Amino acid sequence: MSAEAHNDHAVDHHHDDHHGDDHDHGSFKTYMIGFLLSVVLTAIPFWLVMTGALPAATTGLIITAFAVVQIVVHMIFFLHMNHKSEGGWNMLALIFTIVVVVIAVAGSVWVMYHLNVNMMPTHDMQTMG
Amino acid sequence: MSHAASLNPDYVDEAGRPIYHPVEEPHHPEGHSTMLGFWMYLMSDCLIFAMLFAVYAVVGANYAAGPAPKDLFDLPLVALNTSMLLLSSITYGFAMLAMVKNRTAQMQTWLAITGVFGLCFLGIELYEFAHMIHLGATPQRSAFLSAFFVLVGTHGLHVTFGCIWLVTLMVQVWRKGLIPANKRRLMCLSLFWHFLDVIWIGVFTFVYLFGMLR
Amino acid sequence: MIFGRLDWNALPFHEPILVATFTVVVLGGLATLGLITRYKLWGYLWTEWFTTVDHKKIGIMYMILGIVMLLRGFADAVMMRLQQAMAFGGAEGYLNAHHYDQIFTAHGVIMIFFVAMPLITGLMNYLVPLQIGARDVSFPFLNNFSFWMTTAGAVLVMASLFIGEFARTGWLAYPPLSGIGYSPGVGVDYYIWALQIAGVGTTLSGINLIATIVKMRAPGMGLMKMPVFTWTSLCANVLIVASFPVLTAVLALLTADRYIGTNFFTNDFGGNPMMYVNLIWIWGHPEVYILVLPLFGVFSEVTSTFSGKKLFGYTSMVYATVVITILSYLVWLHHFFTMGSGASVNSFFGITTMIISIPTGAKLFNWLFTMYRGRIRFELPMMWTVAFMLTFVVGGMTGVMLAVPPADFVLHNSLFLIAHFHNVIIAGVLFGLFAAINFWWPKAFGFKLDKTWGLVSFWCWVIGFWVAFAPLYVLGFMGVTRRMRVFDDPSYQIWFIIAAVGVGIIAVGILAMLIQFAVSIINRDKLRDETGDPWHGRTLEWSTSSPPPDYNFAKTPIIHDSDAWWDMKTRGYERPTDGYKPIHMPSNTGAGVILAGLSTVMGFALIWYMWWLAALSFFALIAYAIFHTFNYKRDYYIPAETVQATEDAHTKALAAAAAKG
Repeated sequence: MSAEAHNDHAVDHHHDDHHGDDHDHGSFKTYMIGFLLSVVLTAIPFWLVMTGALPAATTGLIITAFAVVQIVVHMIFFLHMNHKSEGGWNMLALIFTIVVVVIAVAGSVWVMYHLNVNMMPTHDMQTMG
Repeated sequence: MSHAASLNPDYVDEAGRPIYHPVEEPHHPEGHSTMLGFWMYLMSDCLIFAMLFAVYAVVGANYAAGPAPKDLFDLPLVALNTSMLLLSSITYGFAMLAMVKNRTAQMQTWLAITGVFGLCFLGIELYEFAHMIHLGATPQRSAFLSAFFVLVGTHGLHVTFGCIWLVTLMVQVWRKGLIPANKRRLMCLSLFWHFLDVIWIGVFTFVYLFGMLR
Repeated sequence: MIFGRLDWNALPFHEPILVATFTVVVLGGLATLGLITRYKLWGYLWTEWFTTVDHKKIGIMYMILGIVMLLRGFADAVMMRLQQAMAFGGAEGYLNAHHYDQIFTAHGVIMIFFVAMPLITGLMNYLVPLQIGARDVSFPFLNNFSFWMTTAGAVLVMASLFIGEFARTGWLAYPPLSGIGYSPGVGVDYYIWALQIAGVGTTLSGINLIATIVKMRAPGMGLMKMPVFTWTSLCANVLIVASFPVLTAVLALLTADRYIGTNFFTNDFGGNPMMYVNLIWIWGHPEVYILVLPLFGVFSEVTSTFSGKKLFGYTSMVYATVVITILSYLVWLHHFFTMGSGASVNSFFGITTMIISIPTGAKLFNWLFTMYRGRIRFELPMMWTVAFMLTFVVGGMTGVMLAVPPADFVLHNSLFLIAHFHNVIIAGVLFGLFAAINFWWPKAFGFKLDKTWGLVSFWCWVIGFWVAFAPLYVLGFMGVTRRMRVFDDPSYQIWFIIAAVGVGIIAVGILAMLIQFAVSIINRDKLRDETGDPWHGRTLEWSTSSPPPDYNFAKTPIIHDSDAWWDMKTRGYERPTDGYKPIHMPSNTGAGVILAGLSTVMGFALIWYMWWLAALSFFALIAYAIFHTFNYKRDYYIPAETVQATEDAHTKALAAAAAKG
């Protein structure tokens, strides 16, 4: 529809825009919360790795968990992901993508590990036989 | 064959007969599918990055007796880079808040600041790449380095396109104002920009931090 | 340096077969261009077809592309059959390895990417908006752009026939063979850029159709009231969006290996060629479901229409389709059981592969139960459907055999495998497409297809298929490997000769189909359908005129039940004849042609290492794309009077048809 049809909606400054979709645009508060959370969730992993305060395996688990949490923080506070946007289709698309990604990445690592393990032992240090 | 029970209750007249055409044609305004379509494009892009991560997971330890992460990664620099991108995310958020309130000038300012942070990110990344190449850690040196440069480089290319898109949108808003089409485009770029920050979380965690942990 | 590595050696002056082909193509091309010019059709073609954003016309163009490429892909098949039938007892046949390897590679690439994909995309494009009561897809311009990107890929593949060469690696181009070391020529580069460019089109088309189905359904059409073809289209497009990025990434990594010397899939410096195989099949298995799911939808529509019955088990059909969609991500390793992942991995994927056959079996039973106690009309679409059921089932069963890893260790990459996948693809995809073409041709063009020539084509295809491929099952059991050019063991030859006869019968079938099209067009007035509903259809596309008007529906329909048109007819629906409003439509644009054209130039430049041209066309592409976004005025309105006039014409035609019949 052309622009003139929407003059009457200019009054509506709410989080919702003129098409009647439930677009969430957040607020100053939610952006700041997201930002501060992200800073903390970034700083701690960097600090842990740079100082080596904890053993490597533990650090690995913690920074992975922090990454997952920070991604969720981004999704909620910056991308305004919720189960209502686009009638729930955005969430469904995201979940489906995550499922496919997990299957493809985990599956690949699993398969490739087994393929590599079953390779003939090499006689040369640098190059594969 | 068909009984009243299967009639759509929203479209039945007073006599109980089915209505077959609405009085008002359904409203499919221009751009009604844009956000959904763009989100799906982002999901497909996410899958591309996921494959690059998978490749990095598989060959990322194949140093071919060449430089390894510990020889190359400068975590303070990466922390600086990360903060550039994170700051650019929040400044874009402020731009969107201004857009919703139709404060064009304020929005353009925040967009410009976002662009500057984005360019800083790219500049630091290019410096890092140049330094690595100077040390002989080229993409051709080993599978680890190939995977590193392609994964991080693809992210950087996306940021580059994002910056070009940003400038284009600033020009388009300057020329036509915050018409609905431009607002939709700004919202799409918003999704794109934040999505790139999400990918970067994966990059700094699984490439840089894990690299220094091995 | 202007021409990169392109020089006169790239032209095949010394290859008689190619020179002959080129001559025919040039003559045919000049004749076509000459005729278009003579009848002053360039303007018409540009404004009505090339720049259209009408999903119906784009769908038809996709179908034309697919049929044209079918002829090229089939020619490759004929050449292979001939070679394999004669190369015994020391005879070399008429094709050396250099050519033979290109032919089997091109055959696979063309059939999958430039025949099957365009044909199903064309079908879904044409039908989905009509079936959901919409006027177009969500993103009409992107639709046009997607078509031209697919065409650009086809152009590059065809160009490789005459300028340079094509890949000699098989249709999936495994490294290290496809790496720069073992394939330094242009062949693999043609392959890469053709697929990457076409892939952009396909992925965008997937996003387009999903958005359309989600957002543009007519009021009252909940998801569980959609036609089954729309459901299978939705799932196929979800698979497209969720699998083509994998192909994009893998080909990009191969490109990096070839162009900048990275070590993803090399044998040294830490590369891992097996990773390519793993990743490309993560794409490859969903791809075959992308190909077949829309046709499963076609079979559902055809079976219910020609049995005069509602489809049996609508809900289970939907669930089976969704289950297939998800499970298709859990089976990919069965394509390389023999690569050495070991018993635990192979067992897992063997089991999942067996499980995925179950929902397909459920669908088959639903079709059978739909036919049971129906009043079956054996029109051509129904005949193709029955042929599919009988043929596909055999292919499916051989698939379950191959799903057993120890059996696959013997049968992998044998002719048994080749017979299996041709069995399921030809029966599922091709027979389905022929059913669809015969079913919906009257809708698209306003007249039916000639039945006699259709029957000739049908029987030649069905008999020809079995004569061509049953011997391959036998040869596979005898241990014959795929892609062989010359054979030592004379006991194989009789089977190859039978297979060659089979391909000859199929050739007659294809010719008969082309004749069917021609005869039908010539006799179109006798075959005319004025009702828009020649088959007593059940879904909304049959409620429109044939062909439908540009706007599809003068008034958006309201849906009360599934099989919406059948529901409307049985309730005594009366078509409105006035009260029309202006209709909002998207405008045509040449941007798609231009962008795809620039992409073709860029692809060609990259293939031939003409870096200046690659850079120039890349920047032109970006610049033009940005320029295009400055055009905000992309729509217009069809005036109510025009709608009234169009609908009045249809009212008259309906009355005339009623008076006649």
